[in-house]
Amino acid sequence: MPEAILELRDVKTHFAIQQGFLVKRHAGSVRAVDGVTLSVRPGEVLGLVGESGCGKSTLARTILQLVPTTAGTVILNGRNLTAATRAELLASRRDLQMIFQDPYASLNPRMTVFATLAEPLLVHRVCRRSEVAARVSEIMQRVGLAPRFAQKYPHEFSGGQRQRIAIARALALNPKVIVADEPVSALDVSIQAQILNLLAELCSGMKLTLIFIAHDLSVVRHISDRVAVMYLGKIVELGPAAAVIDHPAHPYTRALVSAIPVPDPAIERGRLRIVLAGDPPSPINPPAGCAFHPRCPFAIEACKAAPPPLSPAGPAREAACIRLGELPPS
Amino acid sequence: MPLLAVNDLRTYFHTRNGVYRAVDGVSFSVERGETLGIVGESGSGKSVTCYSIMGLIPQPPGRIESGSAMFDGIDLLRCPPKVARAIRGKRVAMIFQDPMTSLNPYLRVSEQLIEPLLIHEHMSRREALKRALEMMEAVGINDAGRRIHFHPHEFSGGMRQRVMIAMALITRPELLIADEPTTALDVTVQAQILDLIRRLQRELGMAVIFVTHDLGVVAGLCDQVQVMYGGRIMETADAATLFKQPLHPYTRALQRSIPGLQPKGQELFTIPGLPPDVSKPLPGCAFVARCGFAAEICSAGRPELLTVAPGHAHACVRAQRGEISGAELATWEAHA
Repeated sequence: MPEAILELRDVKTHFAIQQGFLVKRHAGSVRAVDGVTLSVRPGEVLGLVGESGCGKSTLARTILQLVPTTAGTVILNGRNLTAATRAELLASRRDLQMIFQDPYASLNPRMTVFATLAEPLLVHRVCRRSEVAARVSEIMQRVGLAPRFAQKYPHEFSGGQRQRIAIARALALNPKVIVADEPVSALDVSIQAQILNLLAELCSGMKLTLIFIAHDLSVVRHISDRVAVMYLGKIVELGPAAAVIDHPAHPYTRALVSAIPVPDPAIERGRLRIVLAGDPPSPINPPAGCAFHPRCPFAIEACKAAPPPLSPAGPAREAACIRLGELPPS
Repeated sequence: MPLLAVNDLRTYFHTRNGVYRAVDGVSFSVERGETLGIVGESGSGKSVTCYSIMGLIPQPPGRIESGSAMFDGIDLLRCPPKVARAIRGKRVAMIFQDPMTSLNPYLRVSEQLIEPLLIHEHMSRREALKRALEMMEAVGINDAGRRIHFHPHEFSGGMRQRVMIAMALITRPELLIADEPTTALDVTVQAQILDLIRRLQRELGMAVIFVTHDLGVVAGLCDQVQVMYGGRIMETADAATLFKQPLHPYTRALQRSIPGLQPKGQELFTIPGLPPDVSKPLPGCAFVARCGFAAEICSAGRPELLTVAPGHAHACVRAQRGEISGAELATWEAHA
């Protein structure tokens, strides 16, 4: 197996909750990411799925060290980012970039496309000032934007085009790893397909490693090599994308997959759905043992005892459920 | 007679930058107890259609230029305000995409739930609260007796949407208009809400207009589906026909853009270009600029929505002339 380009070892990101007006006191913490171990191979597309509040966005921010890590290490290309100084962190951004969900919010409305794309080149001094213009138009072409739009402002573009600008900005430094946090969720289906194609093409063309975060399983299945399913700050299932989504092992993944409506009336009306009761529990006070047990149709007494570790569940697959062997086939 | 018959509805927005033809000649009808799905991308006019029926278009800049919406013999667009008010909120109710912005954050949900009963049915508070409590239980809110006195922020997203549904259904309306009610929710919660709407519809026998951009949701819920684009109806058919034998190239293209339906690893089918600018006049078909089958005739005049089979109508001139076969549509490979 090739050396991992990005490694997370038991990463935890907790946010302290403070109460009180003048005298602040510590009132527990939100365990947004609570013990994630993951290794990503070079050139791989890893999909990260889960419901809102499961910690997938916080995990993305943790990887880039945009939020302070509570415990554990993030290792990029052999360098420990959790222990890095500001200067080292800045240098690591050349290899590690992020694309955000909302292209309306993540682009500076007062910067032209040119200024947006030139900024990383100048900050990181990757090329001479005289070469910047050429580089910018090259990047724009690569993401399917005509270079003649360089002097326009973000508001002059549609949502799909803005997301292309955001992708171009992430690509400007030729990074090795890109973390994309719900990059297509805000787009219409027809535009979503264009952006997905672009990302897939860039990944294979530039040997990019992509961490693709989404809540839409069909999108993740399409673009990812492997997929990790998160629930309440922990990874509950990990494995090859098609295998995990077509034959989910963990009860939570099963429920998640069965909740997606199938765009075919003949199948949709005949199939059996698992409708989970209730909402995901709060990450402030997660249930003891397996965090999924209060909603799990297969839960037994032993599930409340201790959080289950990820254990092998088929070829290259892992799932965190103590009853894996006893569950009916999916 | 259908419960609701919308005929040639045109809702334009007159802005400084020109006239936006958000809804541009839309006709459809809904029978009692039927579920009509309206699908389309953002800007296709699906929400504006519903807002027009409910009288929620801000005027100005909006204006209903023409058309009628006959609800049980009364034209909702033209009747005196007093008559319209007696229907809206009682016999026709609406739920919205974002439950947080459509509930009043200052009022306890109990106050908001009983408001329509106090206004429309002149009930006493005590009776109204009893009905509200029953409704809260019917939409699956546990511990309703206590939670009815909560404020909206004390509920989760899914629970808030349940409160919205309870509020809309408390007067037992004959028609429910649901504008993307599950778009802001997680899939597992979406499944709960869709089940709930399905069950309540059966129990109350009401008709539903369900607006969404998700073809998957439509597949499981709707009897009849109409596809909108650029303020116009492109195709309408019963759900099974629309998914199995779509005749309009846009319907087909929309279906083919869904990642789940395409083999993994292959490039996704995309519709080239962008949705039309509805502030410019569209003399021909609205989809002509992006259509793989476009010919000269498509730009010549606006295609009519012609019925090709019982319950199945579409607005593609070339398909109507028999120039595009279903098989050709299925193999359309138009990459930009």
